[in-house]
Parts: sequence; structure tokens; C-alpha cells
Amino acid sequence: MQRNALRQFLLIVFLAAQLAFPLVYKRLEAHAKAAVAVDPSTVLARYGFRFQESAKEAGIDFKHTAANLDPKLQHIMPQVASMGAAVSIVDFDRDGWPDIYVVNSGEGSKNALYRNLGNGTFRDVAAEVGLADVNLPGTGVSTGAVWGDYDNDGYEDVLIYKWGKPELFHNDGGKHFTRVTEQAGLPPWANANTAIWFDYDGDGKLDLFLGGYYSEDVDLWHLKNTRMMPESFEYARNGGRKYLFHNLGGGRFEEVSARMGIDSRRWALAAVAADLRGTGYPDLFVANDYGVSEVYFNEGGKHFREAGKETGIGAAPKSGMNASVGDVLNQGRFGIYVSNISEEGVLVQGNNLWMPRAGTSGANTQYDNMATAMGVDMGGWSFGAQFGDLNNDGFLDLYAVNGNVSLDRNRSYWYDYSKVAGGNSAIISDAANWPPLDGRSLSGYQQKRVWINDGAGQFKEVAQLVGVTDVYDGRSIALADLGNRGVLDAVVANERGPLLLYRNTVSPENRWIEFDLEGRASNRSAIGAQVKITWNGQQQVQEVSGGSGFCAQNQRRLHFGLGKTTGIDRVEIRWPSGKTQTISAPELNHIHKVVEPS
Amino acid sequence: MSTGLATAVVPKPRSALGRFFSAENRYLSPLFITLILLVGNLSFGLLESFSRTLLAIGTALALEVVLGRWFWGRIPNLASAYITGISVGILLRSPEYWPYALCSAIAITSKYAIRVRGRHIWNPSNFAICAMLVVAPEFVAALSIQWGNTVWPMVVIWVLGAFIVFRVQRFHITATYVGAFVALALLRTAITGHPFLAEVAPITGPMYQLFIFFMITDPKTTVTPKWAQCLVAGLVAVAELILRLAHVVNAPFFALTIVGPAAMLAEMWRSSWQTKTQR
Repeated sequence: MQRNALRQFLLIVFLAAQLAFPLVYKRLEAHAKAAVAVDPSTVLARYGFRFQESAKEAGIDFKHTAANLDPKLQHIMPQVASMGAAVSIVDFDRDGWPDIYVVNSGEGSKNALYRNLGNGTFRDVAAEVGLADVNLPGTGVSTGAVWGDYDNDGYEDVLIYKWGKPELFHNDGGKHFTRVTEQAGLPPWANANTAIWFDYDGDGKLDLFLGGYYSEDVDLWHLKNTRMMPESFEYARNGGRKYLFHNLGGGRFEEVSARMGIDSRRWALAAVAADLRGTGYPDLFVANDYGVSEVYFNEGGKHFREAGKETGIGAAPKSGMNASVGDVLNQGRFGIYVSNISEEGVLVQGNNLWMPRAGTSGANTQYDNMATAMGVDMGGWSFGAQFGDLNNDGFLDLYAVNGNVSLDRNRSYWYDYSKVAGGNSAIISDAANWPPLDGRSLSGYQQKRVWINDGAGQFKEVAQLVGVTDVYDGRSIALADLGNRGVLDAVVANERGPLLLYRNTVSPENRWIEFDLEGRASNRSAIGAQVKITWNGQQQVQEVSGGSGFCAQNQRRLHFGLGKTTGIDRVEIRWPSGKTQTISAPELNHIHKVVEPS
Repeated sequence: MSTGLATAVVPKPRSALGRFFSAENRYLSPLFITLILLVGNLSFGLLESFSRTLLAIGTALALEVVLGRWFWGRIPNLASAYITGISVGILLRSPEYWPYALCSAIAITSKYAIRVRGRHIWNPSNFAICAMLVVAPEFVAALSIQWGNTVWPMVVIWVLGAFIVFRVQRFHITATYVGAFVALALLRTAITGHPFLAEVAPITGPMYQLFIFFMITDPKTTVTPKWAQCLVAGLVAVAELILRLAHVVNAPFFALTIVGPAAMLAEMWRSSWQTKTQR
């Protein structure tokens, strides 16, 4: 009897130890962070970079306005109209300085095009060039913009996608933009949250993917009824259709999605195109809210094959809100980062970092979610994220923004949200059944994530330490070397918040190199061109992108950090046309302009 | 979830099929839950990965062997531990691995550590999941939306679940709880002003069906008289109402964690009092 009592006592101690484990673990983690935070002067030396928010100093004073949809949605308006802030980078006037285009979502609000004056400041020229007043009542509101030279005239044109009528503008020599929507054959209405330019068939002309979120027959300002919400939180298939516009030349496009094998009504929030299998043709990755991600393998430019399940990517549904690619381990292959939702004790999806499985390639490529193992899984209610070598150490880092609806700090909508989200589709799909938000927050005021890559498979989160301290509702992030200094700055668009410009300061001992590519036989924007550099026994590959992240586009110019190396062995460029080009021992700390050889 | 449907007393079935679908078959529950897991994962991608679930099951089995041998001097039947492990694998959500092992460990350890008059008073997996939600909310959540929102998974679970709990004579518990939940949803609607469909929504999701069929009916941690079982099921619903009004997201799990042991202790006290008065 006494012996059993002793055993039971020991078991109670054992149980207590188990219960204490997470608490001890969290304490140790917090202690480790606090220890490094006490000496901010060592941040630059320790991490190799530091950000400083400097939008105002740079002449940027932009605040996003959210959409005000049908009054039937008034009770949950901040949640329904929680997207729209977006940013993209373009050198629209070809002066060599990256400019910033930022969209707005209030009815009648103006988008802004911040021209880079080359002296650290910017000036909004959107009205002058005809890209400001695009949110007129009745036409919907902007949710993003992507740039690509669809007619190969040397100037980047822009597609502004909307919850509403998508608009295509032709760039007239960097001085003005002409609306060419009707001529292009774009749909009259698409509640789109993503679009990308890519040349899927390698014909030298940029094609366009447009991904719908709400169904295109829904006018969010004039609802026929309130049954327009997703039918499921993780298995919804009642979202907007997808469009694939094949560029016919002459400013005309043909919609070919069904013919090419893209037929999905999942709720697309992000897309990215990249040659994931080394076929020479860009594959298409779509991150969907309320469901699994989709990966469309490009079959020689003739057809797309959805391979989500067979690759492992499409198995577990989450709330995909970002799609960005990066050669995370310098192995010449792209990982894909998808952001999701994590809220303590309620919904811990964790973000996904899909890494190609060793030993698989080509048509048999398999992916494993390595986000937890590599330390980039917990990002709150995450939205946009981008890979970039923030400290020029030779490894791609990751900057992710988050925060959904920040209203009353002390009252959360999560209980009511989760109550309905788990219900039957007839309940969840009707907005009238959703309890009123009533000024409450839903994963608001969240700290951003800046993960630096140690190159050995581990990321360390340093946002607060390196100066990323805002808690706005981050949506879209774009990286660009705005000062042509060889460092990546970050531009962040926040929902109902200001556009932030985080200027980067990087330890000067780390070298860098940048490539500004221009296609000839390939599309002029060189979207889809891959650059592989080899140095010090390692390699890194990057691809020019026609849109990535969440409603974002980085600068087209490719930026490589190189660490302390004194030289690189070679640079190999594979153009979308299939041509290859090798550059030996290029100059470091230099922006190289490279034109596709004839 | 239920760890011992096999212990309920039912008349001895005659046919082989009848014996299979009876309380005498202590592998019925493990088989059924395994079936749910497989169907759920193949149709909905329910699991983050099989490896995490296997880790939860493996931990539960290993610890059951070690603690059973140490505590009782023998290796107990592992059906109960298997159900605990698989329940953790289904009901816990985390991108990490360690929470699955830890949750299973807490569940099994609690069975041996927290005993009153030789009985454990908490449903092990329910206790462990609640414990994890309290001590490690950054890393875990309970299953909520991962089984979709369509009708047919709910119908499947209702049909199979109702059949099994009926066979083991526990359908009255499920029915009482469901009735109480719907009635109290009406009350919540009156209090909060939210649509009735919003208040009743949770019980229309498949996740809830696991709770009402296989967790609140656990014979090892429920009281004995039929009327008391119904009373406890109603009290769980009432506790859940209170927690819901306080905006506790995982209200049903916590309600059962609070009411279940209280009912067990009350029954023990009542039994002891009756014994004393009979003397």
C-alpha cells in the first residue's frame, strides 16, 4: 500500500514535470532573446544588417484606405474588407532607379506611384502618368498590381487587379500610361487577389495569370444575397475562377485556362511562377485561402498538370496567403514559402516552407514542409513574405508580415470566428450568420518576422532586434535596392495603415552583385530568366519574377549577397528563350546590366 | 476520447457479427477510431502528417507498457493506450512534433498519477489536451475545422457513432448532450443577440461529433446510473454554455474536464455515504 502511494507520488512529480516542460521551454526561449536584446549597438555586427523605417524622410506619406462594401456586410466589414494593401517595384521610366507603386482600396481613393528621385527621396507621380484614379465607384477597388513589358517595347506595363474590373495600362515611354483593358480582352469583373506575368510557352511574349478570390459573379458592393462566403474554412471550392491569358501579340490576349488545364475555384490569394523542375518552362504555384495549395507543372508550354497531391504540397489544407520562391540552401533548387494562420490555442496551422526532397527531381519532384524544422513556421496571421539576402552573407533570408484586423487591443473576435468557422457549409457560407465584429481585433497588433538564414538549414528570428518594430496589419512586402547601394530595402503595405519603407544598412565587408537583365528573343522584362552564380564552392540560383509574395512584386533586378568573398567563379544565365550565357569573374559590388545575346 | 467502451455491460450477443459489434469486443473502439482517422486523412488531409500521429500512438503505448509494469506489475491491455494515442493524434494540432509526444505522455501518466480510490477520474486524452492548451497554447490547438464543413462526414460519423454508442448502451448520454446543447444555443442567442445558426454552428461540424460520441461517453470516467449519466451530460453542456459566454474557444473540452471529475467524485462520495448509512 505504502509502496503504491510512493509510486503514485513519483508519478505526480513526473506528471508535473511534463506539464512544466513547455513553460520552461518558453522561459528559456524568452531568456535567450532578452539576452541578445540588451545591446543594440552590436546588432549590426552580430546580424550584419539593420533596418530603419524612413518613409516620411523619403517623402512617402501614403495611408491605405480599406474598401467599404455592401451594407449587408457592415457587421463584419473590417474582416471581409481586410485585404487590398499592396506594393510592387518597377523602374517605370528606365532611369535606373527602382520606383514604388502602391494601391489603395477605398472607393474613389488614389493609387500612388512613387518615382525614385535617386537622392533617397520619392515623389508621387501617379496622377501625372495616369495611374492614380483607378478606384472609381462602380469599377471595384485595387488589390494589387504587377508589372511586365507585354509588348516588348522596353517599358514595363502594368496590370492592376481588383475586386472589380481588372485594368491593363500600357507604358508610353515612361511618361504616361494608356488604358488598354478592352483591347486586351480582360474580363469585365474578377474579384482577384493575385496576378503574375510569366511566359509559360516561351514564345517571347509575357502571358498573364489572374487568380480570383470571391466568385466573379459577386459584386461586393451590390450583393444579391449574403451567401458569398467560403463554404468551408479549409475545403472551400466556391471561390473565384482562374484566368490564364495567352499573349497573342498586338496587345491582345486569349483566355486559355481550361484548355491549358487550369480549372480551379479555390480561393486564390497568391501565385508565383518559377522553373521548379529545371525543364526550362515556368511552373505555376497557387496558394489558396481555405484550402490546399496547387502546383501546376508546365508540360513543355503546352499544358499544365496540377500536381499538388502527388508532390505532397496539396495534402493538408490551410489558409495559404503567400507564395514566394528562393534557393534557401544554395543547392540550385527552389523552396516555396506559403504563409498561413497561427493563433495561440485556437488555430496553429504554421507556415509552410516546401523544400524539394533530396533524390527527387523532374516529373517526380516531391516536397516536404520544412518550416518547423528550419524555424520559419510561426508567423501569426501571416500574409506577404519575400526571400532576399538582407545581410549579404550569401544566404537568402526571409521577411514576413502579419496581423489581420487590429481594432480593440483587449477584445478578440477569435471565439466568434472559430465558432462559425467549424460549422456546416450552409452556415459558414452565409455572411448573415457571422456574429458582428463589434470593434474587436482578430489577430491584430502582431510583431513581424525577419528570419535570417544561417546557411545550414536554420533560420533565426530577429525582427525586433534589427529595427522592424511596427505592428500594423501587414499585407504586402516587396524587396528592392532602392538606393542602388547593393542592399535590399523593404517596402511594406499595411491594411488601413501607412506604407512603410525600411531602409537597410548592411555591414560593408559583405560583398554583393546585382544583375539587371533585358531579354531580346525572350520577353524584354526577362521574366523567367535564371541566374546561377558559383563562388567559394557554393552556388545560388535566382529567377526574375513577374510577381510573388502576397499581392507584391520585388524589383526585377536580381540581388546576390556574397559574404566576404573576393571573387566569384562564374555566372550562368539561362534565358527564357533557352539560350545560355556565361560570365566569368564579374566585378563585385556592382550592378551588371546584361542584354540577352542574339 | 473513449478509452474503455468495452467495459460497459451489455447482453451477450449471439452471432459473430453481433459479438464483433458489442461491448465485449474491446478492439471495436480502436478499430472504429482508426477507420475515422484513415477516412478523415484520405478524404480531407486531416493530419498534419502520419508521423506525428504515429509518434502520439507510440508514446502512449510505450508509456503504458512502462507505467503499467511499474505500477501494476504487468503490462495492461494496450487498446486503451492506443485509443489515447490516436485521439491525441486526431484532436491535437501542431506543426511541431514534441507536443504530440508530450500530450500522449501527459494522458497516460495522468491515468496512473491522478487516482481516487483506485480510479482515474479524468478522460486521459481530454485531460491532456486541455493541459496542453493551457501550458502550451503557442504551439498547439485542438482540432476544429480540419474536417471540412460538408454534411456527409457528419452523417457518416453520426450513423457509425450512433450505432456504436447504441450498442454499448450510451446513446442516451449523446442524445442528452445534443439536446442540451441546442437548447442552450437558443439561450445563448437570447443573451448575445447572435444568430441562432451561429450559436448552433459548432455542433454541426464533424469535429464535434467525435466529442459527443466518443469522449463524453467514456465509461471509465462517467458515472454509473443512467439518470446520472444524463445529468452529467446536461451539466457538461451547461458548463460549456458558461465557458462559451466567456468566449473560451475550446469550451467543450474544458467543460468536460471540469464536470467529469466532479461527477466522478460526487458519485464516489455518494457511494461511500450510502455504504456508511447501510452500516
